Amino acid sequence: MSILAQAAATAAEGLQKADYQAINGATNAGLAYGLAAIGPGIGIGYLVGQSVQAMARQPEAAGMVRTTMFLGIAFTEALALIGFVVFILLKFV
Amino acid sequence: MTSPSAVEGPAPETMIVRDIVKRAAIIAPVLVLVFGLIWGVDGALSTAYGLAIVVCNFALAGALLSWSASISPGLMMGVALFGYLIRLALIFLAIWLVRDASWVALVPLGITIIVAHLGLLFWEMRYISASLAFPALKPSPPK
Repeated sequence: MSILAQAAATAAEGLQKADYQAINGATNAGLAYGLAAIGPGIGIGYLVGQSVQAMARQPEAAGMVRTTMFLGIAFTEALALIGFVVFILLKFV
Repeated sequence: MTSPSAVEGPAPETMIVRDIVKRAAIIAPVLVLVFGLIWGVDGALSTAYGLAIVVCNFALAGALLSWSASISPGLMMGVALFGYLIRLALIFLAIWLVRDASWVALVPLGITIIVAHLGLLFWEMRYISASLAFPALKPSPPK
């Protein structure tokens, strides 16, 4: 354990300010993307689950349910795409 | 306990995606022109690439959901969630591969992805909400 700590301390001494900024940028970008993907994942799971339940209860309305479900998935996914674009801009621009 | 059966009826996802592709073809020249004027040739090319990503994303989502619904609702649930993850990964890959290319401008590319995705969806939603609210407006099937 102490060897690991020593190695970490040695590595930290060699790091420049630019390296810290790069690490911070990558961490923040990863957090932005990861956190932005969690919400839509939960939303899509809930949405599709409820849609399947609705189709099971009323099979004659399956077409309408699938239509609204598809649009709902696409709208929910837009949140993840916004997070993804923020990630791209933080990481590469 | 009954065995899961396929969802009956025609696949509305395919029709929605077809509509979205038609609408994307309408807005593509306008977006490419506007972003080209702001960011130059690189902006125009990046906008076209972003639009292609958005349309492919919709097409893949529609194809996956239609296919899985024709098999079973349980599979559709799995495909919807894992398809979401796979499509996000594919979009990431599509941008990762070209991020250092000379013709790529990331700002217009990112803006295009968000604007085109939301814009096409709202446009399609207007049409669909009208046809769901007023079913009589739907063309009747041939007898």
